[in-house]
Amino acid sequence: MSTELSRRTFLRASAIAGGGVLLSSFWEPLEAATKARPRTGTGPVLNAFIRIQPDGIVTIAAKNPEIGQGVKTMLPMLIADELDVDWKQVRIEQVGFDPKRYENQWAGGSQAVPNNWLPMRQVGAAGRAMLVAAAAKTWKVPESELSTSKGKVLHKKSSRSISYGQLGATAATVPPPDLATVKLKDPSEFTIIGTPIPGVDNRSIVTGKPLFGIDVTVPGMKHATYLKCPVYGGKVKSANLEQIRKMPGVRKAFVVEGSSTSNEFGSGVAIVADDFWHALIARKALEVSWDEGETAKQGTAAFDVRAAALFKEPPQRSVRKDGDAKAALAKAAKVVTAEYSYPFLSHAQLEPQNCTAQFADGKLTVWAPTQTPEDGRELVAKVMGIKEDDITIHLTRSGGGFGRRLKNDYMAEAAWIAREAGVPVKLLWTREDDFAHDFYRPGGYHTFTAGLDASGKLTSFRDHFVSFGTEKDFAPSAAMSDQEFPARFVPDLALEASVMPLGVPTGALRAPRSNALCFAFQSFLDEVAHAAGKDPLAFRRELLSVTPLPGPTPPASRTPGPPRTPFDAARMMGVLDLAAEKSGWGKQKLPRGTGMGVAFYFSHRGHFAEIAQVTVSKKGELKIDKVWVAGDIGSVIINPSNAENQAQGAVLDGISEALGQEMTFEKGRAVQANFNAYPMLRINQSIPVEVHFRKTDFPPTGLGEPALPPAIPAVTNAIFAATGKRVRSLPLSKHDLSWT
Amino acid sequence: MKYKLKVNGQTRTVEAPEDMPLLWALRDGLDLKGTKFGCGIAQCGACTVLIDGEARRSCTTPVSAVGQASITTIEGLSKDGNHPLQRAWEEIDVPQCGYCQVGQIMSAAALLAKTPNPTDDDIDKAMAGNICRCATYLRIRRAIHRATELGKATASAATGSGK
Repeated sequence: MSTELSRRTFLRASAIAGGGVLLSSFWEPLEAATKARPRTGTGPVLNAFIRIQPDGIVTIAAKNPEIGQGVKTMLPMLIADELDVDWKQVRIEQVGFDPKRYENQWAGGSQAVPNNWLPMRQVGAAGRAMLVAAAAKTWKVPESELSTSKGKVLHKKSSRSISYGQLGATAATVPPPDLATVKLKDPSEFTIIGTPIPGVDNRSIVTGKPLFGIDVTVPGMKHATYLKCPVYGGKVKSANLEQIRKMPGVRKAFVVEGSSTSNEFGSGVAIVADDFWHALIARKALEVSWDEGETAKQGTAAFDVRAAALFKEPPQRSVRKDGDAKAALAKAAKVVTAEYSYPFLSHAQLEPQNCTAQFADGKLTVWAPTQTPEDGRELVAKVMGIKEDDITIHLTRSGGGFGRRLKNDYMAEAAWIAREAGVPVKLLWTREDDFAHDFYRPGGYHTFTAGLDASGKLTSFRDHFVSFGTEKDFAPSAAMSDQEFPARFVPDLALEASVMPLGVPTGALRAPRSNALCFAFQSFLDEVAHAAGKDPLAFRRELLSVTPLPGPTPPASRTPGPPRTPFDAARMMGVLDLAAEKSGWGKQKLPRGTGMGVAFYFSHRGHFAEIAQVTVSKKGELKIDKVWVAGDIGSVIINPSNAENQAQGAVLDGISEALGQEMTFEKGRAVQANFNAYPMLRINQSIPVEVHFRKTDFPPTGLGEPALPPAIPAVTNAIFAATGKRVRSLPLSKHDLSWT
Repeated sequence: MKYKLKVNGQTRTVEAPEDMPLLWALRDGLDLKGTKFGCGIAQCGACTVLIDGEARRSCTTPVSAVGQASITTIEGLSKDGNHPLQRAWEEIDVPQCGYCQVGQIMSAAALLAKTPNPTDDDIDKAMAGNICRCATYLRIRRAIHRATELGKATASAATGSGK
């Protein structure tokens, strides 16, 4: 059950001018393999390359978009360690989007580690084997007498050593070994993996080099702003374009029809000017008459009313049914019920959406901070009616992704405006554009009911989830899976759902679905623990100790990539115990107003348990004292520096969401327009986050997301422990936490 | 209007309407791309520059209001990117996406110029106007303390070397 079944991987070596060697690894999908994302190119796909120069400098390609997750540093670390070079010899080269040569050039879902852990190491190990073979040939000694260290092959017997750079030309003549069987290092031999390696772009970042999409400059480039209908799906009826065109610095002003089939290309008015400020001044004078459409009838208040009404009706659909929850609840010794809700959220990545585009001779070139260049190219080709082959995409560093840049609306807009304007254009959104035109994390509502037996054991469970969508589907990121814990761990369980229509676009926000569901489920389970008269951590351990119902069966047709990582109760118990140990859970009696809360969650292949301690004044002022994180992401923490940074950032991100963030809608438009109405956590609110990893004998997995979800209920459960007040909705800023 | 600005020790001329924020004069007019746009309403601090040594939000500072004041951007903070804050930021491995970090460093530079040994409280007060969306705040705090040490080491090394 690994990549070898679905694809053949192989290495090619070629000599480079002046000595040295270029090693290129390829993936060739086998015919039997089905693919979720069919590749557009034909023939083998270049998966990685390593260039070893005669002077010993090793250049490794970075092929995936860097959005702050650390992939540009992490993937080369895997190659460099197995190649056995000194990290100081390594240079990183960001390559552009090229689906004919590379595969999986996207960022999201904490997938880079599981997808690349073995393939990248195999490439490095094969390179090392070839260099050893080259040294054996040069010295006429058996390979078994040779070892490597820091970019050199050593022959201890004769006290000789030779650098990789000197061996390059000979290595280029050695037949590459089979990647699937090449010998990998024992983890005890790692010299780079498992050591803290600072981000490879740090120097450029701290010196202000133009790394980001917003920094791109193209000769002859003009600056564009694009005003879309504030109501999603609305259309331009008319605009005072004649007046706008006469304004200083303005080159062009025109209406863009947009797409009626894609929500990534909305209708609006484009203004192209000599610089961004002149574009903005003209935009302030713009008067547009809009056909707002159906979504103008929607808003948060109406969603709340509709949710309350749906709770009074039978659920529209079943997500999961085990046993007979209704009958079991009727027989339960004690029944707990509660309603939970959470708001829509915005991504608020700090670099506003932007894209630079140039259209000439029927060909389009774009520079884009995107997580998904392949999707972007498909979208642009479709809305512009041009061929995908006529589109070139350069990848820039992204000032945050968080899922927002999985969508490519800014790319479609920039491309269209550049063609229509006839000049290269940098489109830049204002912060207000960004808040008004997001693919939001959807809000949701839950009515939970739990039944306990006389011993306080959870025996039946029901959730009526009210979400958004159509008769057929949930809206994007608005679904609940049939694996939602405590599913499988309670014999009589029903997960049910009802939906209401939604015109506002939704999408993935860091730890999609989990960032919301974890709050609701782990808070309610905390209530149940207290109702059972049990310690909330002990109650969770007990729940995880039952023999679960069988997990989901893997799909018959498998997509390439590593095998799935199932939820594992033993791994979860391991991190619960580690969090308890590190935080001193239950060891000390805390004064009234101070309390600890616990939560756990499994997402993106990671098992995480987190404990928060909070202090709430009698007046209700909340101070989060500390959060302890215990995570299990497998056997190795590839880059401990970035791992700690990601985990701390994820916890603080979760707390930031919980404290005061909420997007509301009136007449189909977003109410919150900038950071003054959408508070982001600041340094004076950032609290100590202590991160621990429990290493287990499983392949390493990703860390961009799974540390986030438990942070929120850990805090709200701690508030209950401190004050007796149960937080059943977010954000916390709407709650009176005072106590007497 | 033509404005003569003192930027990073040089006099630079920029053509701009009087209400154009300094941010756009720097980025679009003078091609100094280190200073970043985040919100346009002085809420996020990504556009922070030093004006006569004070941390200021260039997105709400009209170019006409700068006058003869001396502007420092990240490009002029140090000669070779070797300001103690820049070295500390690299050593502590602060950045995730990195977009806010220039603004963070400029705010921290203003702080250290006045308060060479800041407490956590000083740091919180001086840096609360800068959002880090990736929430690298714990490392930002550590890096500012580390820069204080590096600054002292540099100063004492300079003194020690004598003439």
